[in-house]
Amino acid sequence: MDTKISFTLNGKPRTVTTDPDRSLLEVLREDLQLTGTKFGCGEGQCRACTVLVNGVSKASCITSIGDVDKQEVVTIEGLANGDKLHPVQEAFLAEDAFQCGYCTAGMIVGVVGALKQNPAASEPEVMAQMQKHICRCCSYTKYKTAIHRAMAQNGKAHA
Amino acid sequence: MKTISPANEILPPDFEEINYDELVERVDYDFGLSRRSFVKVLGAGLLIAVTIPALAQEEAARRGGGGGGGGARNLGARIHIGKDGTITVLTGKVEGGQGARAELSQAAAEELGVSLSSVQMLMADTGAVPDDGGTYGSMTTPRTVPLVRRGAAAARNLLMEFASQQWKVERNTIQMRDGKIFDAAGKRSLTYGDLANSDAAAKLFEQAIPADVELTSVKEWKVLGVPALRPNARDIATGAHKFPSDIARPGMIYAKILRAPAYGAKLVSIDLTPAKAMKDVVVVQDDQFVGVAAPNSSRAEDALKKISDTAKWETVPQPSSKELFDYLKQNAQGGAPANPYADEPAGAKTARQTYHVPYIQHAPLEPRAAVAEWSDGKLTVWTGSQNPFAVRSELARAFHLPPENVRVVIPDFGGGFGGKHSGECAVEAARLAKTADKPVSLRWTREEEFTWAYFRPAAVIDAEASLDAQGKITTWHFININSGAQAVDTPYTVGKKNCHYVASKPPLRQSSYRALASTANNFAREVFMDEIAAAAGTDPLEFRLAHLENPRLRAVLERAAKEFDWPARVKKKAPNISVGLACGTEKGSFVAACVEVEIDRKENKIRVTRVCQAFECGKILNPANLLSQVQGGIIMGLGAALREEMQFENGQITNASFGKYRVPRFDDLPELDVHLVDRPDLPSAGAGETPIIVIAPAVANAVFRATGKSVNALPVRLAAT
Ligand code: FES
Ligand code: FES
Repeated sequence: MDTKISFTLNGKPRTVTTDPDRSLLEVLREDLQLTGTKFGCGEGQCRACTVLVNGVSKASCITSIGDVDKQEVVTIEGLANGDKLHPVQEAFLAEDAFQCGYCTAGMIVGVVGALKQNPAASEPEVMAQMQKHICRCCSYTKYKTAIHRAMAQNGKAHA
Repeated sequence: MKTISPANEILPPDFEEINYDELVERVDYDFGLSRRSFVKVLGAGLLIAVTIPALAQEEAARRGGGGGGGGARNLGARIHIGKDGTITVLTGKVEGGQGARAELSQAAAEELGVSLSSVQMLMADTGAVPDDGGTYGSMTTPRTVPLVRRGAAAARNLLMEFASQQWKVERNTIQMRDGKIFDAAGKRSLTYGDLANSDAAAKLFEQAIPADVELTSVKEWKVLGVPALRPNARDIATGAHKFPSDIARPGMIYAKILRAPAYGAKLVSIDLTPAKAMKDVVVVQDDQFVGVAAPNSSRAEDALKKISDTAKWETVPQPSSKELFDYLKQNAQGGAPANPYADEPAGAKTARQTYHVPYIQHAPLEPRAAVAEWSDGKLTVWTGSQNPFAVRSELARAFHLPPENVRVVIPDFGGGFGGKHSGECAVEAARLAKTADKPVSLRWTREEEFTWAYFRPAAVIDAEASLDAQGKITTWHFININSGAQAVDTPYTVGKKNCHYVASKPPLRQSSYRALASTANNFAREVFMDEIAAAAGTDPLEFRLAHLENPRLRAVLERAAKEFDWPARVKKKAPNISVGLACGTEKGSFVAACVEVEIDRKENKIRVTRVCQAFECGKILNPANLLSQVQGGIIMGLGAALREEMQFENGQITNASFGKYRVPRFDDLPELDVHLVDRPDLPSAGAGETPIIVIAPAVANAVFRATGKSVNALPVRLAAT
């Protein structure tokens, strides 16, 4: 049964009328044309589909659209402020972190989420969160440097 | 639509052509006139005169066809200059994360004399670009870079010529600076835009690209050889880039395909009515092909579920992974060849071993995806594939269309690693779109990708060798069953050798993988080298060097050993810590690695803690991307070394998920110490593949050193004690 679901998406109110059991990922991509969030496995194993729900990073492929009713969702498209990229995006670009880039949106949102949840998180704590993310191009070395850079900047911002 | 005739672009000399299409097992979809009806037509004695050539073409196409890589027919097919001065370079190469977009931009910018950012690439749109062959075999660097450079240099020469005529000055007085040319006094200047606006431009760009056009020498390079970032990196970081699975067209619907419950299963019957009764659902059955499409994926999934519950299948027995290696050996074509040197007067020592390399999968993070759209009997498909022109042929063949009525566009996609040479997903989407009369998006699930895409071939490798009293290898027998011939020959100097690849009957669909069979052959050879070095009582490094003449391979081996401090490390005795090394060459590049592993016997775990790799591929074109490729190849290699292995039973893959098929993650990351050896005196070779081939054997050799037990299978496991 289609239901009316209202939530905040990248800072703006959105309403969709659909089957509440559909995944958040599918609705973002197919109904709302936000394709920055990727499908990699559909079963919570790769985190290509990471979004923030109330600031917490979640696998949107195993989160139903019904579950985000009245909640606040942020996707990769919602991180930049106009032309100004989010510092984590800047750090990933500066380090030439990705190869094919298919995992990148999930990685960036994952790092943003980890730092949002705990701005004082240590690097090992953030890396433990990132363990859920797969980069099949295995660009992990550069990603790690990028995360380090993002955290150094974050540290400055919070100092 | 523009058609591209077989071209006359001249390939660089000494280029070894490998027909990778031969390696692709394509899904032989055939919609419309079936092959059987062709035979019927012929049998009836009708239309023979016209059908035979058509049939011959069909057959050629079936064998691979397309993607042969004729290159650009003329300068205009390679480089386009807009009246506003925008420069677009056209290439049939794709970007799947391996760095072609940046590298080819560099190649063009260098020769055009313009900045990197003023060059745009138009890649892999068969309606617009020349056929540069598939993107595989590390061929973009040795083959396409020179072609693009030549085209760009020819365009630069035209601009110089144009200025010399306009200004009535000698060409050698003209200078190029900041993307413009200036006269001797620096007063007058002209740009590529001015050339494009001249009356003669169209004619000039119709010329063939001269093979002997002079290229900028390495010493003068300003753009090539310097780190270049991916031109569309920002769009990746913001989520704006449209990967194949992100393409949307007006009115598009979403598809799901009915898959057989097991390999080889035939659909006997199915009731389509439950899906047909659903609102806005399109259902197609065309012989064994059954698919549905709906306004969203969930609806399509529901529809598929309803009809798949009614499907009846006929299955046939299939071999399982437990019996895989016996099966491959039994089915070796002509039998597994025996060692021809077995009866020779025995050397001081002989050694013999059989190696098993399992099926593994590329598992690119973006599964196969395609959007297909028909209009006036013409077909356009957006998909992720390494071979746009071969996918075009595949579609043309399946729908009995002339290739010029099919356009294939490959947006930069989410990884291939040799796993995306084929176009089955595109064909499936197109079949549904044809009936739906709407654009259709089909995105394979992870399970489909793990089951219905193809695999890196499994191998059984028999190795035998004999050593003389001085510890020199006198005979070498090395047979690869099933996986392929790449690197089956040994780079070492041996007395007599017998190295062959023997085909078998593969139980799974198999094709290319990063570095092809050289992953298996290099694994077996390098592990066997350590075994015989141990038998000879010699250090593995010394033993290799004593048999190695190739100066480039020696150089990387010595470099890796030195950086790793091999001689000291090998003597250091630390419980549960061990070291191993391996080297190899493939596709014109050279690699060696030393690794350190930690062995946890209680937990039965092997952890690689350090990898020191030296890699040389001639002159380095893009150091930033080369580093990414080497680091990525090493880590991907660790997955194959320690964990990856397809398991199957009763025609089903039993580990078709990232939960069960464990690929490397952040915590598998060892300390990496990568040494890129730049050789400006040598032509550039590709680098996306070779770095991977030494990882599994180096890890296996470290485990052998620690346990004293032969390692003869991948993934490497600790022998039960
Ligand atoms: S797609 Fe959601 S975790 Fe893989
Ligand atoms: S960059 Fe390709 S999957 Fe991470």
